[in-house]
Amino acid sequence: MSAVTLGKAITQGLRDALAADAKVLVFGEDVGRLGGVFRITDGLQRDFGEDRVFDTPLAESAIIGIAVGLALRGFRAVPEIQFDGFIYPAFEQIVSHVAKYENRSGLPLPITIRVPFGGNIGAIEHHSESPEAYFAHTAGLKVVAPARPSDAYGLLRTAIAGDDPVIFFEPKARYYLKEEMDLPVPPLPLGRARVAREGTAVTVVAYGPMVETALRAAEAAAEEGTSVEVIDLRSLAPLDVETLVTSVRKTHRAVVVHEAPVFCGFGAEVAARLSHDAFDSLEAPVIRLGGLNVPYPPSRFEKLYLPDADRILQAVDESVAYG
Amino acid sequence: MAEKPLAADGLSPQQLLDLYRKMVIIRRADQEALNLQRQGELGLWGQFLGQEATQVGATVAMESTDWIVPSYREFGMAMCRGIDPGEMLGYFRGLTHGPWDPRRYRFLPFTISVATQVPHAVGFAMGCRLEGSREVVLCVFGDGATSEGDWHEAMNFAGVFQAPVVFLCQNNQWAISVPLRRQTAGSIAERAQGYGFAGVRIDGNDVLAVFSAVRSAADRARRGEGPSLIEAVTYRMGAHTSADDPTRYRLDSDLAPWSSRDPIETYAAWLRSQALLDEGQADSIDAEAEGMAEAMRGKLRRLPLPSPAASLFDRVYHDPPASFLKEREEFEATLEPVE
Ligand SMILES: Cc1ncc(C[n+]2csc(CCOP(=O)(O)OP(=O)(O)O)c2C)c(N)n1
Repeated sequence: MSAVTLGKAITQGLRDALAADAKVLVFGEDVGRLGGVFRITDGLQRDFGEDRVFDTPLAESAIIGIAVGLALRGFRAVPEIQFDGFIYPAFEQIVSHVAKYENRSGLPLPITIRVPFGGNIGAIEHHSESPEAYFAHTAGLKVVAPARPSDAYGLLRTAIAGDDPVIFFEPKARYYLKEEMDLPVPPLPLGRARVAREGTAVTVVAYGPMVETALRAAEAAAEEGTSVEVIDLRSLAPLDVETLVTSVRKTHRAVVVHEAPVFCGFGAEVAARLSHDAFDSLEAPVIRLGGLNVPYPPSRFEKLYLPDADRILQAVDESVAYG
Repeated sequence: MAEKPLAADGLSPQQLLDLYRKMVIIRRADQEALNLQRQGELGLWGQFLGQEATQVGATVAMESTDWIVPSYREFGMAMCRGIDPGEMLGYFRGLTHGPWDPRRYRFLPFTISVATQVPHAVGFAMGCRLEGSREVVLCVFGDGATSEGDWHEAMNFAGVFQAPVVFLCQNNQWAISVPLRRQTAGSIAERAQGYGFAGVRIDGNDVLAVFSAVRSAADRARRGEGPSLIEAVTYRMGAHTSADDPTRYRLDSDLAPWSSRDPIETYAAWLRSQALLDEGQADSIDAEAEGMAEAMRGKLRRLPLPSPAASLFDRVYHDPPASFLKEREEFEATLEPVE
């Protein structure tokens, strides 16, 4: 066992996928020679050659558009979008084609779009967005957001080997998060949440960067005598409703947290599902926590915008105090 | 450069000297900002070292009533427009997304999303034309930007609507780690033909060449003769930004040919050969640049931290819905009271 960072686990996942299947191609802006702005593709071009790991011109719509073409031709395309905020030029290709091409052609579309997402890195505008709800809302796409290195590896391998398009959100603020493990770990099926910490009083639902924050809040809550269960969704679409409902049947209370704004955020789906499927078990309304309903602020103010362990604790207290 | 006529492009000796002065000052600001970033005062800095001639020549060629639509690397242009550099650094310090009033300086906000400002420039120019105004728009972007769909769509609109816009590509030959030859297999300047207007490729390190190309393109636009594309070939002497490590993708020897073509040194040599710059003048310009750097540093360090509620909630809506104002109140209630 050794300590592996989330970033390195993803690099290894890409490396093993490239080695396992000659049809896998990795491409995007600065992913080749530079190894990506976060160095996630470091060394891959050197080891797999410029045909299989290549830099593209600066054009996100074409990056995703050629991924569709390559996939139709039988390749497994693994394009990178450099930052969350730069996926928007590719929105048309993703929504109209990546999500719907199978529906129109009956053909497999093995595309895994890697997107570093989320804030808390002190960045300039457009580098800290959480656009996952747009994609989770789009039928035909699978959307994942791992929180820890082993899951990132396992989900990535499954995504690349699968025949459906996956938007693979990487919590960039957690690239250096470590886990003791031996790689490779087995591929992990999409659509399975995990109980990241067991508890009895309140369920906190999170994914991506917020899982770590939720675990910290749970630790603090435990010191104050409140037992918090943390669910790491791992996959937003498909969503593992069963694990959520099972947890809430035990705790009777839930808080869902993400960095994206609350209004029409993914938390609304979780809250609605729980309110419907676990209605009889709930003893308090499901509380949603998220970024403020404003554009992502200048970096000096991001800590005020983003939910933190304190805000999660407040929500936990509010939930426990209800009724 | 040596064979240039004395009062190049009808510029007076004073104006010729001022081009030099501006280049020296913006380079000093660039250097100071890099230092400030290294000292932790700025979150990020994007140097424009080596691109001073393009930035100064183009800005000075436009009239003060004209508009400039920049990417993020045009700090030098913004300074030439009179925007306070210390104030502007608030952007890179993470204090604000928009440190100046775009209408006051006729200089639109920095645009980080590559090439997305190009259609804005065209629309703005279409508006100028609809109003019968003589104002012209200068739109600036890098070589990488010319790969984006927005860029192509905007070029096409500009041709169809005969928009009074000057497109200026600061071709510094790199888009982060991607060199020009991997960005496009063709010529940037020649693309203009396909959109139905003129394109030229010029030496972006020659401030007078930039001035004259931009001036004549702006004149044509003002006369109702439509858009032009200018590809100013220069070189990004620094890293992409302070977050970048160029040693991973380029060699020191790549820089060598461009070091000997430094836009300021070559222009200074020409000015001296024409007896337009003496040591005393050079020294006093250096002293002025030093003073500017000190003032910029001081201003930056004294920039007040804006109120959180204002930073987050102001300028989101002109007509904020009641629900939004309530969210603002709720947010303010969560803040620790200030003593
Ligand atoms: C739409 C979009 N995609 C990706 C990025 C990330 N990025 C920032 S600058 C840059 C390269 C830009 O190159 P160029 O247009 O030549 O301008 P330069 O930085 O050289 O001035 C990239 C890829 C971005 N800002 N916007």
